[in-house]
Amino acid sequence: MIEADQLTKRYGALTAIEQVTFRVDAGEVLAFLGPNGAGKTTTMRILTGSLPATSGRVRVAGYDIDESPLEVKRRIGYLPETLPLYPEMTVTEYVRYVARIKGVSRSSLRQAVDQALERCALGQVRGRLIGNLSRGYRQRVGLAQALIHDPPVLILDEPTGGLDPKQIIEIRELIKTLAGAHTVILSTHILPEATAICQRVIIIHKGRVVAVDTPERLATQLRGAEQVRVALRRPTDALREALSALPGVMRVAPEGGPSSHGEEIPVWVIDCVRGQDIRESVARMIVQADGGLVELSAVAMSLEEVFLQLTTDADRAAEPLPDGRPASFQALPPEPAVDPHSTSAGMTGAGGAD
Amino acid sequence: MSKLLAIFSREWRSLLVSPIAAVTIAMFLLVSGYLFYTIVITASVQTRMMLRMQQMIPQMNINDVILTPSLRNLSVILLLIVPILTMRTLAEERKQKTSELLLTSPVTVTQIVLGKYCAVLALYALMLGLTLYMPLLLSRFGVISWWPVLSSYLGLFLVGAVFLSVGLLASSLTENQMIAAITSFSLLLVMWLLGWAGAVTADSQFGTLLTNLSILQHLNNFLQGLIDTKDVVYLLGLVAIGLFLTHRVLESQRWR
Repeated sequence: MIEADQLTKRYGALTAIEQVTFRVDAGEVLAFLGPNGAGKTTTMRILTGSLPATSGRVRVAGYDIDESPLEVKRRIGYLPETLPLYPEMTVTEYVRYVARIKGVSRSSLRQAVDQALERCALGQVRGRLIGNLSRGYRQRVGLAQALIHDPPVLILDEPTGGLDPKQIIEIRELIKTLAGAHTVILSTHILPEATAICQRVIIIHKGRVVAVDTPERLATQLRGAEQVRVALRRPTDALREALSALPGVMRVAPEGGPSSHGEEIPVWVIDCVRGQDIRESVARMIVQADGGLVELSAVAMSLEEVFLQLTTDADRAAEPLPDGRPASFQALPPEPAVDPHSTSAGMTGAGGAD
Repeated sequence: MSKLLAIFSREWRSLLVSPIAAVTIAMFLLVSGYLFYTIVITASVQTRMMLRMQQMIPQMNINDVILTPSLRNLSVILLLIVPILTMRTLAEERKQKTSELLLTSPVTVTQIVLGKYCAVLALYALMLGLTLYMPLLLSRFGVISWWPVLSSYLGLFLVGAVFLSVGLLASSLTENQMIAAITSFSLLLVMWLLGWAGAVTADSQFGTLLTNLSILQHLNNFLQGLIDTKDVVYLLGLVAIGLFLTHRVLESQRWR
């Protein structure tokens, strides 16, 4: 349904996105995940035709965005990050206006407006001025605006931004109901959100695609990565170096703040290779070196932490990553997804995911 | 066409509910009304003096003494007022990021420009129409000739149309309304004053060129009751140039 081929966008010397390639199948819900400034919005703006790419091609439903922009725009509903609302209009007026410029025919106008308002639960505020609405309602008006002409493709930039938890759940439910009939791309920097509603996740960092996979598989891989947290009374640099040299240890970093006892005991966090239990050897080494081991615990990496690590390591992603890291975390060779559930590159034994 | 109409009616409605348009029109009527009043008073004093002195009353008529100067005044006030009417149109869309909606909708830049332009033009026509009280009032107390009045209004409408297209262009260049207003005011002032430079160098060909480029020069014919194709074409041409440049600016903004 959507094909992005080697999209690059440069603003002068600044490269916003580089060689972004992906494919979305009809009916799929896909999330762009990445920290602020990663290039999510830029990619979406290129997909919607509001910003031309420096190089690369976009095809939506078979139409090229540069060759037939109107055909593409007719098929896309777009919720920008900054809501395109006119504060001096009422909700109904606004939605009607959008319907008209999106080309909804006069005869089905009323029905389309009513349906969009109902879908986004805007019935109560339909006569109110947009300028007087709360943030949550505005977000829903933005969503109604994107849905109004019942487009096959929806592109939603941070659809749950600035909402309270209850509203977030409502919007997520709404997006879930859209899956199947619509192809949805949404951007977020909240991992659980991607896990909750999307069939596939693209992680973008510094304008590059870092990983593409289903949220479940990303999550299992991520959970496998481990950290060991040790609190020491007598930390020395020699000990730290010795620990770093242990097989399976990737990094030893001091952590700020007191240990769990509330005393001022230095804490080190040891990143270790997935699948290896190094607690025993770490403990032995510290005791032998008389480091004053007070506490040792294994920390399963949370999704956020791995996400962070992934994105901070992405600068080094051009060269092969250190030993033992999951292959799918490497900079992906752009590979079109034939089956949304088996897209990760270089995974071995990934069969039977369905 | 229906999309153009949608953009037009949205713009029209938002102009009507905005305080800027209301205040602008009110100020326009206030200033023009005041000038009209002083001209009427001066004219009546002059007439009375001439009658008392039993002089030959020269060929005086209401059109020449009152209406034409009053309508010429309108054009000067428009110079100051029109930039305020147009400053919002495109600059505000960019500032509020509503331009993103237009850019991602299946509408062409031509539809956007024409829709916006027609809306401000309609508002301007309304504003100009409100000054018709001047000839109507005078016709209650004297005999006025209507053809020059009509041609004057046609001229004012066309001159206003030029101002609006320049204002729209200025508004497309920035997302700051103040900058849009100042830019269009400066542009209009230069176009207006070209005639002065032309008068100084009147004997040269360059002087004739400058005089002919000045908007004031072309308005004069209309005010004297003369509808010349040359003037109409000139003014409509300026409108077209303004709109075309606006179109180019909007198109090019996508590429930045």
